[in-house]
Amino acid sequence: MSDKHLSTQFDAELSAISNRVLEMGGLVESQVAQSVYALSQFSGETATQVLQHEERVNAMEVEIDADLSAIIARRQPTARDLRLLIAVSKTIANLERVGDEAARIARTVQRLINTGVSSRLRLPVADLGFEADLAIAQLRKALDAFARLDTAQALQVLKNDDQIDQEFDGLLRKLITYMMEDPRTISSSIDLVFVAKAIERVGDHAKNISEAVIYIVKGADVRHTSMSDVEDAIR
Amino acid sequence: MSTSTITLPDHPPPLKARSNNLDFYYGSFKALKGVSMPIYENKVTALIGPSGCGKSTYLRCFNRMHDLYPGNRYDGEIQLLPDAVNVLAKDVDPIEVRMRISMVFQKPNPFPKTIFENVAYGLRVRNEKSRSYVEDKVEAALKGAALWGEVRDRLDESGSNLSGGQQQRLCIARALATDPEIILFDEPTSALDPIATGSIEELIGELKHKVSILIVTHNMQQAARVSDHVAYMYLGELIEYGATRDIFMKPKRRETEDYITGRFG
Repeated sequence: MSDKHLSTQFDAELSAISNRVLEMGGLVESQVAQSVYALSQFSGETATQVLQHEERVNAMEVEIDADLSAIIARRQPTARDLRLLIAVSKTIANLERVGDEAARIARTVQRLINTGVSSRLRLPVADLGFEADLAIAQLRKALDAFARLDTAQALQVLKNDDQIDQEFDGLLRKLITYMMEDPRTISSSIDLVFVAKAIERVGDHAKNISEAVIYIVKGADVRHTSMSDVEDAIR
Repeated sequence: MSTSTITLPDHPPPLKARSNNLDFYYGSFKALKGVSMPIYENKVTALIGPSGCGKSTYLRCFNRMHDLYPGNRYDGEIQLLPDAVNVLAKDVDPIEVRMRISMVFQKPNPFPKTIFENVAYGLRVRNEKSRSYVEDKVEAALKGAALWGEVRDRLDESGSNLSGGQQQRLCIARALATDPEIILFDEPTSALDPIATGSIEELIGELKHKVSILIVTHNMQQAARVSDHVAYMYLGELIEYGATRDIFMKPKRRETEDYITGRFG
């Protein structure tokens, strides 16, 4: 925000909390990337790292929530300040869930390794990588939109979400084919279905964050509305 | 000169009063510039804005307080509905206006009289002779101001023996005794502690079922708590008028947002 409050301390508090959100966002973004890397390389070590980061992410959510409550209690924010803080609250909840999805993927990798599946079964891990790239890009764009309060960027994220959904549907069909052709892959294929679903959820969280950005800037709640309504709201 | 941004409710309640293009001059200084806005019946309308924005000046036009000083001049009109009388018209008696539109001030200002006589004052001015009528009215007004229980056994004591919060409620009772249609509150709690403030705010919430209320407050959270509609004024102009929840969540004008969020304009 370009202009300043009469209270510079209030400005400092708001900018600090926004920065913490972005820091948390950076952390979960790398968690997702690492978990997908762990899957592609069957790396138990990387999967363990992802799980270690999860505690840090959870702690950050709690800390930011506490800061948030303190600001609301002490400043009684209104209008766009209040909208920012409400959006921060929603955004960190979404980020924490993104972290959960990354942890879910990491645990799947550990299980696949422990049951000795590993790379001898040719599973469509590369396709998952493509879906994950899309989801990570969406998350990054949503965080970018949050940092710059950029509604055009936020709108782009909302529009792109369909791509991930289509990718997920395609993967599902592919995995069904694998299972039918070689029943020995059923167990691990089901694991991959859950991984694909986790990645698809990451995209959904990016979308929720983008909706929060539009709420901050325009004061419009665009959840559960049509794309043309969203476009009207940010015009 | 900017124009006002006025957002009326989708289903407007009945109007109690309306200012039409109201200008006001202190001598040659123009303190109000073309203020037009509705005052809805049985609603609380809050006037907010920085010092010197004209909100108290606007409030005082409603009961012709400015008549008391020479050189002041009104232009435009304030219509009191439903009879559509212009309270600013020269042929309208200001005393009668003040019976219909009464006022509660920033500092509690009980008269140096007994509690009973403070409340009965307006009725005496009206030349009300019936003792039982006056007694009934005083009791009703004190009940309306949520003070009866505390003073019923000491009506003969001086009003100034009461605490600050009680004195303010006494002034509200005095305002209520003449059955006004509108009550004007000019920063009614700025001299009170948080508990007394809370009880006055609670009272405003109850009074609005009987009268329409116009309140000037410097305390933005108070405006947010007690009012149904908010008018933001700046340099004698009405900048924005709208529903309280819209003004505090998503005002339409940047100037309003800067003010309520505590930013430089």
